[in-house]
Amino acid sequence: MRVSQLPLSAGASFKPEHFAAISAAPQPLGFFEVHAENYMGGGGIPHAQLGFLREHYALSVHGVGLNIGSTEPLDRAHLARLKELCHLYQPECFSEHLAWSSHAGIFFNDLLPLPYTERNLRSVIDHIDDAQTALGRRMLLENPATYVRFEESTIPETEFLATIARATGCGLLLDLNNVFVAARNHATSASAYLDAFPLDLVGEIHLAGHFETIDGQGSPLCIDAHGTPVIEGVFALFDSVIARAGPLPTLIEWDNDVPDWPVLRSEALAAQARLDRAGSLHAAPDAA
Amino acid sequence: MKGPRDAMQTWQSDFASAVRDPDLAVPPDVTSHNSDAPGERFAVYRNNVMVGLVSALEARFPATRKIAGEDFFKGAAKLFAATKPPHSPLMMFYGDAFPAFLADFEPAQEVPYLADVARIEAARTRAYHAADAKPLTPAALAGSLPDTLAGMRFILHPSVEIVASNYPIVTIWAMNSGEIDLAPITDWRGEDALVSRPGFDVEVRPLPAGAKTFLQNLAAGNPLGPAAAAALAGNASFDLGANLAALFAGLAIEMTNQPNEAALT
Repeated sequence: MRVSQLPLSAGASFKPEHFAAISAAPQPLGFFEVHAENYMGGGGIPHAQLGFLREHYALSVHGVGLNIGSTEPLDRAHLARLKELCHLYQPECFSEHLAWSSHAGIFFNDLLPLPYTERNLRSVIDHIDDAQTALGRRMLLENPATYVRFEESTIPETEFLATIARATGCGLLLDLNNVFVAARNHATSASAYLDAFPLDLVGEIHLAGHFETIDGQGSPLCIDAHGTPVIEGVFALFDSVIARAGPLPTLIEWDNDVPDWPVLRSEALAAQARLDRAGSLHAAPDAA
Repeated sequence: MKGPRDAMQTWQSDFASAVRDPDLAVPPDVTSHNSDAPGERFAVYRNNVMVGLVSALEARFPATRKIAGEDFFKGAAKLFAATKPPHSPLMMFYGDAFPAFLADFEPAQEVPYLADVARIEAARTRAYHAADAKPLTPAALAGSLPDTLAGMRFILHPSVEIVASNYPIVTIWAMNSGEIDLAPITDWRGEDALVSRPGFDVEVRPLPAGAKTFLQNLAAGNPLGPAAAAALAGNASFDLGANLAALFAGLAIEMTNQPNEAALT
């Protein structure tokens, strides 16, 4: 069974500055994805644009503020806003992050990491149960880009995610840029991570750009900046995943230094070409 | 472990405190493959948080930034972000308290109208995201009998805000937003701004004398007659015709289904 209703094709992050270009002609993309929190105002241009996208394309709503990785209970008011948004636009997919963004009443506006412990595993499972019950739908949970680790972590990230998905019925959003960035940052193997990743639970793939610098010890440090094209190393991970799993809904994310629409569109079309190749080679495509 | 944690602390409160305060050490259980105290790596989170908040303020307050200057604005924004972090994930509304912060910010006193420009910009974002409503047009009102007009109630459009100022704030805002050319302001006197969003575009207009009292009375549900009387009592030069014209120009009132009520957007 598919864990998201998005088409098995490439899509792009929606940026309001691209609306004129996108609405001027049909775009050869399967879906658009928006950040949920940008559409939590009462009306105006944001809702008019989202309504247009809803009418013409499949839609993915991607939250950045649900605070699933927190030790604190989920914010009821925020859950209610998400429920309203999903009710209004009926997106084919809703996703959030294995991360936290609020603590003690302060919103950090960033996706912050958590230790992978039994206690946090139970807490995240409770939060996802809570969210899926409140929203009345299954969601996808995204693997994070991380820069540090916690001494108290005892569970590998892939196992942490797989256990959550199996316990809650949620799907997973596999961000391959995050896989690349985290592996480089922790001097681990991205391909070993993907070998351990439960690809059967993946409902969407994210691709994005990052930049590399060095840390205080002179080791590589990749920053998940979403401000540049996808690098070839990330596309190579993508090829390996879709060769094994078959085509999956695949998003190009671009949030900073956003280029003109044709640049972002051609990135998405490059991902589509790889999906097409994988689709023609893949022996047993998902028929659902 | 590098030592026991206080019983009241959690990994998350340690992390949250250290992200917000660059003078604190990296939390004890935060490590990396190459360091027990990866300060530069932890700084990525600190930087993400601070840059994210400052960028949100820069995006919301462009005219304020232009008047204050790049460096001054950034300094004020960093101080605001450090002392008044957001309490909601709705970042488009972060900075509602920034104008009040600027009004009390000692180094900003040199530019006494800066906080009022910021008030206009904060109101503009709220208007941009306000609920949709159908504005009342003069034609829709034209069918009303003149003797019922004084008893009519109006509803302000959800986008409407008034920013009162002792400075020519609409002119200053317009000059620093690219709406009109920069030029010396010869007629230096207070302006009250009407911020509204009749359709999709947010508009900022100067209001005539007494309009603030008039609109506040309408917003409180008082009929047109008493609202006009209150405005006239507060300002002898209040002109009802000019005020209605300004409201219709900004489409600041909306229709309702109630007889004897019309909503101004």
